[in-house]
Amino acid sequence: MTVIDGTLKLDPEEARRVRQERLERVGRWVLPLAIMILAIWLWDRICVWNEIPQYILPRPGVVLQTLYNDAGLLFSSLLVTLRITFLSLALAVIGGVGLSVLFAQSKWVEMSFFPFAIVLQVTPIVAIFPLINIYVNNQTTKLLLCAWIVAFFPILSNTTLGLNSVDRNLRDLFKLNGATRWQQLRYLRLPAAMPYFLGGLKIAGGLSLIGAVVAEFVAGATGQSSGLASRIIEAGYRLNAPRLFAALFLISLTGILIFLVLSLISHLILRRWHESALKQER
Amino acid sequence: MIEEKVARAPASDVAPTLLALRGVGKVFSNGVTALSDVDLTIREGDFISLLGPSGCGKSTALRLIAGLSTPTSGVLDWRGGGSLDRANIGFVFQEPTLLPWASVFDNVWLPLRLKGISRAKAAPAITQMLARVHLTGFEDAVPRELSGGMKMRVSIARAMVTKPRVLLMDEPFAALDEITRFKLNNDLLELWQDERFTVVFVTHSVFESVFLSNRVVVMAARPGRVFDELAIEAAYPRDEAFRTSPDYAALCRQASDVLVNAINSTAGPHHDGH
Repeated sequence: MTVIDGTLKLDPEEARRVRQERLERVGRWVLPLAIMILAIWLWDRICVWNEIPQYILPRPGVVLQTLYNDAGLLFSSLLVTLRITFLSLALAVIGGVGLSVLFAQSKWVEMSFFPFAIVLQVTPIVAIFPLINIYVNNQTTKLLLCAWIVAFFPILSNTTLGLNSVDRNLRDLFKLNGATRWQQLRYLRLPAAMPYFLGGLKIAGGLSLIGAVVAEFVAGATGQSSGLASRIIEAGYRLNAPRLFAALFLISLTGILIFLVLSLISHLILRRWHESALKQER
Repeated sequence: MIEEKVARAPASDVAPTLLALRGVGKVFSNGVTALSDVDLTIREGDFISLLGPSGCGKSTALRLIAGLSTPTSGVLDWRGGGSLDRANIGFVFQEPTLLPWASVFDNVWLPLRLKGISRAKAAPAITQMLARVHLTGFEDAVPRELSGGMKMRVSIARAMVTKPRVLLMDEPFAALDEITRFKLNNDLLELWQDERFTVVFVTHSVFESVFLSNRVVVMAARPGRVFDELAIEAAYPRDEAFRTSPDYAALCRQASDVLVNAINSTAGPHHDGH
């Protein structure tokens, strides 16, 4: 590369690579957006061409209109669902990290208790719910417990893996310097487990939303609740398809936002040192 | 050279013994004999190289000295001040072994931090140590932003920040390119001459061991044992001029011959001498 008159002169191959890169950067946003718009337009056309009634498949415009008209109702429901989601995610973090730290203290503890965590994870929450319904009276507690059971496992399993994947030499170094168990955990194992934990957190974020909605669905059949899931059930009974779609849209949007926020947090924490957050230099 | 700086003679037999290994052996749980009947006397101020082929137990010997592993036979006799506690040992691994999430400054702080010394209190020692290894200005960099040689310098600074009496180094420069290795060799010797600590240096490079040490202990494999010992009676400071001198070449040839004998002495017709 030579600089002539202050402009960077690139050889043809390099120029092509730069052009390609710029194209890719634009395409990453434009392509999915274009496909999305196309799909929505197609949806609209299908409704019109086939004269599908609104209670079977509403046109996108109607869904948007409903979102606006029923905003008060839908958003207050969204808040209820969000509260369960975030509370259960917080509890999943506390429970998952707490248990994995406990497991990390001794192989024996891990061997004894990890199978129980797996049992909790593999048993479908819908099947456990009737039991929870019998033993727990408080509606919020019921929902929280369900969402927590679904969300805590990825955090537990990832953090446990992270705490156990510390470089051998670093362990020796801590030993040589007479580090206590607590110091080793605080200065070595927990930071080393951070990327693993954040990976688990990203999965748990989505799962806690799913857990909250599913729990509400199951609970909706037995008791009264006011989250988005019960709005969906209710709208289903009344053949109010536009509201059903609007509620569905809000749930998806929430899931995407949770994922993006957690990805951002993860990136901010890891960007300086972890391979996963580094830009590839070519 | 410089008149006021007295050229340091190789640690002589009169220097007090720091550590004596007597009949030290190590058999791993899988039945492999890593070390057998090692007798070795390390004196205060020695720069000892353990030189040998792979599998001769030189790294095992270093881990025994560090207390990271215990011998299955024999004794390690720490002299001159009773038993040496771990605070008096610095260890440099083959890889830099830094905390990837911590800055250069915090990496060097680590041994002091583990002793409960605050960042502010430790700062002067850390700054001084970083200057000694020529890393001033890189305090806030994280390891991935550094070259291999610089990472190794951080590793050395971390080992030295507690002012240990013994520095144990396990093939520290094996992964570096030759130019960087020469530079680090020179800097390590300078540090050693100024601070007067004892070094046990594991290597498989004849040239490196002769350049650095006053004693080269040649080891043989299967079972790992001490084969012979060479005194390198060249005066310190040793610099680039020494590296190209006929004396150095002769010493290297001598050490090389001993190493070849050590490799050939290994029982069994097949061996991959590297």
